[in-house]
Formats: sequence, structure tokens, C-alpha cells
Amino acid sequence: MTLRFDIPEENFADILVKAFTNRSFLTGFVITIVVAAVAIVSFFWTPFDVTRLIIADKTQAPSPAHWFGTDHFGRDILSMIMVGARNSIAVALVAVGIGMGVGVPLGAFAAARGGIVDEAVMRLNDLVFAFPALLSAIMITAIFGPGALNAIIAIGIFNIPVFARVARAGALAIWPREFILAARAAGKGKTLITLEHVLPNIVTLLLVQGTIQFALGILAEAGLSYVGLGTQPPMPSWGRMLFDAQTRMVAAPWMAIFPGMAIVVTVLGLNLLGDGIADILDPKSRRQR
Amino acid sequence: MSLLEIQRLSLSIGDTPILRDVELSVAPGEVMGLVGESGSGKSITALTVMRLLPWAARATGRVVFDGIDILAASEDQMCALRGDDIGMVFQEPMTALNPVKTIGEQVAEGIRWHTRASRADAEDRARKMLDRVGLPAAQFPLSRYPHELSGGQRQRVVIAIACALKPKLLIADEPTTALDVVLQAQILDLLRDLVAENRMGLLLISHDLAVVTEMADRITILRHGEVMEAGDTARTLSEQLHPYTRQLAQASMHVPARARTHEVGQDSPQLQAANPLLQVAKPLLQAESVTRDYPGRRKSLLKRAAPIRAVDDVSFSIDPGQSVALVGRSGCGKSTLARMVLALDGPTSGTIRFRGEVITGKSEAELKPARRDMQVVFQDPYGSFDPRQKVEKLVAEPLHVLEKKPTNAERREMVAKALHEVGLSPRDMDKYPHEFSGGQRQRLSIARAIITRPKLVVADEPVSALDVSIRAQILDLFAELNQKLGVAYLFITHDLTVARAITDQVMVMHDGKIVERGRTSEVLDHPQSEAAKALVTAAPDLHRAIARRLQEQG
Amino acid sequence: MTAYLLKRLAIALITLVLASMVVFAVLEIIPGDPARLMLGLNASADQVELLRNQMGLNAPLALRYLHWAGGLLSLDFGRSYTYSVPVIDLVRERVVVSLPLALIALALSTIIAVPVGLFSAGRHGRAGDTIAMGAAQLGVAVPNFWFALMLIYLFAVWLRLVPSGGFPGWSAGVWPALKSLILPAIALALPQAAILARVTRSALIEVLNEDYIRTARAKGLPFRAVLWRHALRNAMIPVLTILGLQFAFLLAGTIIIENVFYLPGLGRLVFQAITQRDLIVVESVVMLLVAAVIAVNLLVDLSYAVVDPRLRSRQ
Repeated sequence: MTLRFDIPEENFADILVKAFTNRSFLTGFVITIVVAAVAIVSFFWTPFDVTRLIIADKTQAPSPAHWFGTDHFGRDILSMIMVGARNSIAVALVAVGIGMGVGVPLGAFAAARGGIVDEAVMRLNDLVFAFPALLSAIMITAIFGPGALNAIIAIGIFNIPVFARVARAGALAIWPREFILAARAAGKGKTLITLEHVLPNIVTLLLVQGTIQFALGILAEAGLSYVGLGTQPPMPSWGRMLFDAQTRMVAAPWMAIFPGMAIVVTVLGLNLLGDGIADILDPKSRRQR
Repeated sequence: MSLLEIQRLSLSIGDTPILRDVELSVAPGEVMGLVGESGSGKSITALTVMRLLPWAARATGRVVFDGIDILAASEDQMCALRGDDIGMVFQEPMTALNPVKTIGEQVAEGIRWHTRASRADAEDRARKMLDRVGLPAAQFPLSRYPHELSGGQRQRVVIAIACALKPKLLIADEPTTALDVVLQAQILDLLRDLVAENRMGLLLISHDLAVVTEMADRITILRHGEVMEAGDTARTLSEQLHPYTRQLAQASMHVPARARTHEVGQDSPQLQAANPLLQVAKPLLQAESVTRDYPGRRKSLLKRAAPIRAVDDVSFSIDPGQSVALVGRSGCGKSTLARMVLALDGPTSGTIRFRGEVITGKSEAELKPARRDMQVVFQDPYGSFDPRQKVEKLVAEPLHVLEKKPTNAERREMVAKALHEVGLSPRDMDKYPHEFSGGQRQRLSIARAIITRPKLVVADEPVSALDVSIRAQILDLFAELNQKLGVAYLFITHDLTVARAITDQVMVMHDGKIVERGRTSEVLDHPQSEAAKALVTAAPDLHRAIARRLQEQG
Repeated sequence: MTAYLLKRLAIALITLVLASMVVFAVLEIIPGDPARLMLGLNASADQVELLRNQMGLNAPLALRYLHWAGGLLSLDFGRSYTYSVPVIDLVRERVVVSLPLALIALALSTIIAVPVGLFSAGRHGRAGDTIAMGAAQLGVAVPNFWFALMLIYLFAVWLRLVPSGGFPGWSAGVWPALKSLILPAIALALPQAAILARVTRSALIEVLNEDYIRTARAKGLPFRAVLWRHALRNAMIPVLTILGLQFAFLLAGTIIIENVFYLPGLGRLVFQAITQRDLIVVESVVMLLVAAVIAVNLLVDLSYAVVDPRLRSRQ
């Protein structure tokens, strides 16, 4: 499949104006900022200490003291969600970093070289794609045991081919343009052209994919922690909280409801942000409005 | 009684006004030519008649087709009209057909929809229609897919779809703009015949005055959404009463003022004195039996078809300061040849020498000195600049090949000078390319090409994407720089008027071979080879067209 | 056509071989001796050595790989350390739960998503589109296992319409078995349907901007007919691509969802095996799922050729 896209032709100020009049972007941006702020605040302050177990307060329903209720160890759910945000964001961010750091150069290189190099990179991609994140996580845990670090590696590895594919498709759409030919006629080599002309023109695509993978990373981390392959107790994590809630659905449904909502809101915010960026920077989608 | 009557049509999309008080009529059997430069609103006028406008468009006025008020008609009524009573042919044949349906399905679909004919009957009629537009059953069975056809053949399919139900009105929006001159002449002939056979009205939309003059009985000239002049084609264009009509006609026939051309050994003494290079007898560029093969289509895992020979044993030379045109139909290999001259592609065999040195098979580092002396101007003024960089960086890009990297101040100095030479302001240096119009961008492109003071500029269709009035200005600029800087040109073009305007010599290319070479006026007035003759006869010419019109009308 | 098919087939086989090498390599680097693991700590060194020889663990690496891969081809995955039965028997028992679950979920998500995508693209920018896509946006953000918990709470705890978990087995009759797969399938399908609906819509909208859509409109076809006859088939390629990717996600998803609903499928098997460090079972299930993903992607590649005539004649 070939990718077609128009390169936006605006300067920064125009883009900024557009960004803050775009509903998706604005909503997503605000949600993302709030989640990030909550995560940062949790380093310094949470309503209750999440490391102290107060069995007397166990499975209390939401109340003015505990807005989201307490869990089976008497820990405050709101506080745990705040600390969990830190964990989710860190795992997803590093995983996106791994995916971008390895995937983008690989994809750009494959597009620049073409031929057998391209073929080899694509086959490598196919290979990694055959192991969905959960499967690679299962394999990695089978060897090294469960843990947050292994979750990051598993999600990160799965991100590599995603970014390689996007970068390659974007670069392949840029290479046949006349301005690349002009740069070649000016005696510039493939590496220089990739750095000067190709990468700056696919930044948008990478940014949009970045937010999508970030959101998927949060979902994947929650899933892995839920089945016990991700973040380990006592470190609070959204997925783990849902696992604890599962057997107490009848007695303490709030234990499941609030951490789940935290995941939904965060992922929704990131997806809206990505949609917004795509809307703002892609003239094609704008024309349809 | 007119078939189509447009009265006081005004239209805006969102807050942008597009058309103002447009008046136009087409009678049965009449060809109405609608002419205008880009942005004049001619395509929107056509889409209004079809009611296929973007949803944000608001139209006022009256559009009456065959007694039906188009602007007030229901969508069901419009569906009944479209394809049955009004057919439409579009500009881009490569994308106008659905890639996943056979041509038979696509032609028969409209027939079945409107006549409720059985599949077999509809296919029968589709077959007859395809035969009629010149796609005989033996080579073009109904089961063919669009990607198996060439551009010209696809345009014939589009015409078959539009004319399948013998509409009363055919709208053709730039039907030949994407085709080369020989195909253009064939498609225009076909349209003319179909109109005559069925007494259809034809609304022919084009930017090309010569094409419209050859085809249209009456003409309407549109500019910025307003009708400038309308009337009988021959009279309107021979009298040229309206200033805009005159401007358009003159721009279409524009020939830049050039000093005597550089025929080999005939250079004017001043020029030889001005440019010592011209005294060197050695040619600037020499191609010796250059051949380029592309691997054939893979037929199966192991078997490949015979390689395709894009350029076949081509030899030629260009002298310093000489302006040479390379003309030919699309796909004749001229662009491949240009890329090899620029060392962006290597020949399969043969050598190319530039300033006496072989440039084929050299590494990028070895090519640097040669690159300094040759530059390129591309066709598309929009695609040839990286939209993320400022003009300063873009125009300065060829300085990369200089031996000594200029300082920032020197670089700005050189860019400013180049911008000045192409008629732009040095202040434009800090702008982005999207802040310029198409014509200005082509000036930027030329500034980039001359910044290293090259001895050869290869220009690949440098004016074919521009409106006629802008095109005239850019041709003037090329002529001026040729004179001032003594730079030689290799002009790749399918447009003979461009060749005539700007070059000393013409090479005619056909099927990968150069079949004719000579002085421009000589070749274009008295072509010898079949290929050259075909090009010359097919090329639309405003003078000739007006003369013929006047003659026909007595 | 055949060249395209052969190339895709070759690529799938190469990927499969490479994947099997990765899985084998993982087996190799795992610390601990499988023979000792099987015999327990009390076994003597001689006993362990005997078993190692029996299991072929002393052969050279390449030979062991070939032996292992050859075993896979004849569906001989080895024996489970903990259950002491052939792995294939364990897998056979479980696959009859996981596979139907994934397929029902895939069918469900397609049946929901494609009509929603068509609906939305046809009303592009209007209220119906905004509402449908808002819902889809929300659906994409919902983790399927949390959605599963909410479904259990609603339908099993409150309304008591379906069992909250467990699987009676197909021997208990098709309906009771299916009934216990309904909630898991919905939990898996809805978030995937949201993604698919968005992709279908944007692919359709992209296609609707193409020149040939205008040609079809100029023939006199009403918009609805153009949408169904011309746009849908051209929009199939991105939709098929996502369907292929989704199958991989659904397979992975079943692993988690089975744990929510206590379904005795491959997912449960894997997690039991991980806790018992029954590595041969883990590797076998991973290999099986990887093979399934590769096979589905091959199917998707082949379906491209059915949809797009240009692929049939190219290459």
C-alpha cells in the first residue's frame, strides 16, 4: 500500500491558532496535561499513604473521606490511582521511546536504500509483528520472570515495527518528490537528504503514531499487570488494581470502576490528542470540513 | 432555443465568492468554449450544471437545462439527468475510472441504471460504445481493467461512459490537458465527431485558447469568476476588443525577444567577447550512444519479460551557451535522458561527457565539480521545494557542491543576488515557499538553478504547469538569463510553442531514439521525420486556428 | 497473479521459520535443565543423564532445532513437565474454547463495525456521524478486560442472565457452551469494533474524495449506490489490513479474557504453565499462536489480490 499525504505548508503561529480552535485537540490536550500533572503531584502528595495498610478501613464505599473508596487492604483508591498514573505513563513513554528510537531510523534507512536492505527490514518487521505484545511479554516473563521492566521491553519491541512501518511509508511518499531530486542534483547524499528533507516532513505522521502507541502502551501495561506479568505489588498499578477487584465485584464494585475509568480517560485523552494533531496538520482532512 | 441557459449565476463556497453573474448558453449541436486561467471558476461552473458541488457551495441565479431549473431540482431529478441527458468528461483520465471494476462494468453501469436494461443488453450497448470511441473488442474486451490501459485509452473509456446514452449535453472539463499533443488531437477529433453525430451540445472547458478556437463555435472568457467577453469564436479572437482577450491571445503566442541565436560557428562577435567560453570549440555536453534499459515486468517467479529500452543509442552534443529543445510525446524517453544528463541516473551503456570529462559511472564525490556547472529546473513549481525550509536555505542548496563552504554572510549575499536576477526581492529570502504564487515559485526554482553560475541548465517542462500570462514572463526570464549569463539550456518539452520561443535547435525524440535534429524554425516549419510531422500537425496553434475559423466562415 | 501468491507464501514461510528459531532460542537460553525439572530434585545424576539422552538434549544445537521443528510439523510438541502428557493433548482440549471465542469475537466486531463505518461515512460531518464516532472514540479507549468486568457485574451479578464465568464444555450441549462464550465474545469484540469502525469510515471518506467517485456520480448513480458499489470495495484494503492485525490482538485478548471468565482455554493453560514453569507448554502455545497470526496475515495478503485487480496482474 502506498501512503499519500500532503505536507502542511504553514508556520508555527498559524498551527497554534488552529490547535486551540480544534475541539479534539483541545480536549485531548487538557486531559493529557491533567493526567501528567496528577502523576507528578503523586510524587509529593497523595490524599492517603498508599504504602500503609489499614485493615480496619478495608473495602469502604466511596465517601467524603475516600472519594473513590478503599481496597481490601484499606488503601485509598484515589491515592492509588494517582500513583498508578505515574507508573502507566512511565511504562508507555519508555516503550514509545524504544519504538521510535529504533523503528524510525530503521524505516527511514529502508526507504532510502530500497532493494535488499528494504526487503530485509520489512521481513524483520513481519517477524516481530508475528509476536503480539502479550505473547512477547509471556515469553520474556517465562525467561526473566514478571516485572515492570519486562513489560516495557515487551511493549517497546512490539512498537519497533509499527514505527518502522510508518516511517518507511512516509519516507517512500517523500522520496519521489521533485525537491528530493533537486537536492540530489545539488550533490547531497542519501543520509543528508534523509536528515534535511525526509524526516522533517514525516514528523507529523510520527507524532500522530506516537500518541496512538502511547495510548496502546497504557492499555497493554494495564493488561499485562492485570494478568500479573507487569508491574508487581506493592507498587500500585491500574491493571493490578483491577485484578484485585475482580474477585470482589459483588462486595466492592468501586474497586473495579474507578481504576478502569482512569484508564479510559487517559487513553481517550491521548487518542483525541492524536486525532487533533492529525486534523490540524493534515490539509486533506481539513479540506473535508 | 438554448439547451443550457445560465443566467446571473453567482456562487460562493463558505465565505469565498467564486462566481459572479456568470451568463452562458449552449444550443443543441453547438460547441461552446469556456476559457480561463486557473482560479477563474470554469470547473465550478461545470460542476454547478451537474449539481456536483462541494456541500459548502451556495449558488444563486438561474441554470436551466432543457426546461428544467437545475438549481431548484430535487436530487432524484438530478440523478435522472446526470449520465442520461448530461454527460461529463474529466481532466485526469488516470484517476477517473474505478480501479477495481472492469471497463465493461463501468460503461454498462450507467446504461443499466437509466434504462433498466438487462445485463446482456447493457453490455451489448457498452460494447458498441467502446467500439465507437476507438477501443475495438479484439484488443479491449469488456473484461479489461483500467490499469491495463494507457491514459489516452482511459480517456476514451470516460468518453464512452459520458456518451453511452447519447446525452443532449456533454460537458468536457480540460479533457486533453493531461495528454500529449498527438493524443490531444485524437481525443478532440473524437469529441467533434460524437457531437456532430448526435447533435449534442458541447461545453468545452480549457485553459488553452488554441484548443478552444479549433473546437468551439462560440467562446466565453472567464476571469476571477466573471465573464470578460463572450461571442463568436473567430470574431472575438480576431478582433480582440476586450483587453483581457488581447492579453490572453498575446500571451499564448508570446515569443521572447532574443538576440541572434547561437548557431554553431555563427555566434555574434559581442557574445564571443562577452563570454570567453564560447570561443572554445569543444562542446559543453556530449552524449555518445547512450542507452538505458529498465528491467521488464516479472512474468512469473523466474521469468522476466524482455527489458524495456527507454533510451536507445542516443548521441548528441550541446555547445556552450546554446539553447536546445528536446521534444517528443509522453513516454518517448526524454525525461530519462534528462536524468542521465544530470547524473541522477546512469546509462546501461554509452557515455556522457560534460566539459570534456566523463560523468557516467562516477561517485557522488567525483561528480561534485560537474554538479557545480549544471543545474536543473523542474516542472511542478509546487513540488520542487521542501515546504519546511525557508527560501534562503532552498535557493542556497546547490552551494553544497562548492569547494569552499561560503560563510553565512556570503551565502545570504549570493542568494540575494540570485533572487534579484530572477526578479524577486532579496527580502523574500526569509519567507516559506507557500507564500509565493506558482509563477514566483518557478522564479525561485530558476534562482536556485543559477546560484552556482552553471554552464548548463536542464529544464524539464518548466512552464507547462503555468497559466499562459505567467508562462510568457517565465520564458522571457529564461531568454534573458541565456543572454546575460551565457548559460546553455536543455529544454525538455512536449509543447512546440515553447521550443519555438526559446531554443536555437530542436531534437525530436521518438521511442527512445533521436529521430531528427536541426534549427528550431527549420524543424518546426519543415519536419522531415514521421514523428516530427505528427507532433507539428497535432500541436494546437492559435494563429492557424483563427485563420481556419475565419476562412470557414468566409 | 501466481507470482504474487508465491511471493506472499514464501514470505509467510520465511517468517514462520524465523519465528520458530526465535522461540527455540528462547527455550535454549532459559536457565535450568528440563530433564532435572521433570525428574525433580531427588533424581540421581545418572537418571538425569539418561533422560537427557532420551530427550535428545545432548545433540548439537542445529540438530536439536531440526528435531524440534520436525516435531512441530508432525504436531509433536513434546511432553508437558508437570502434566506428563503430550503437549498436543493439552492444546487440543483448550483450543476448542479459544478458537471459537476468537472467531465469534472477530465476526461480531466485523458485523458491528462495517455498517457503522458506512453509516458514518455516508453522513460525514453530520450529527449521526459525530455521535457514532464519539462512541467509537470511547470504545477504543476501553480495555477489554475492564469492560468484561463491567459486563459481568451488569449481566451476571445484577441481571443474572448469563453465567459469570466457567465453561460447561461442548459435551454439555452447544447452547450452554455458547451461552458462556457470549459475554467474553462481546467484551473482546466491542473495543475492536470501535477501532474497525473508525478505520472503515476514514477509508471510505478517503475513497469518496477520489475522482472515480465523481465519475460514478456523473453517471447518475445516487450517493447511496455510489457508496455501496464503488466506495466500499475500494475501501476494503485498509479494512482487511486492520482485520488481520485484529486477529492477532484478539488471540492475545482471549488469553486475558479467559482469565476474567475462568474459561479453560489456551490463555488459562499458558498462565498455569508459567506459574509452574512448564516452559515447553508455554513455548508450544506461543508457537501455535504465532503460526496462527502468520497464517491469518497470509490470508489477508491473498484477499488483497481478490479485491484489487492491479495486484493480480502486477509482478
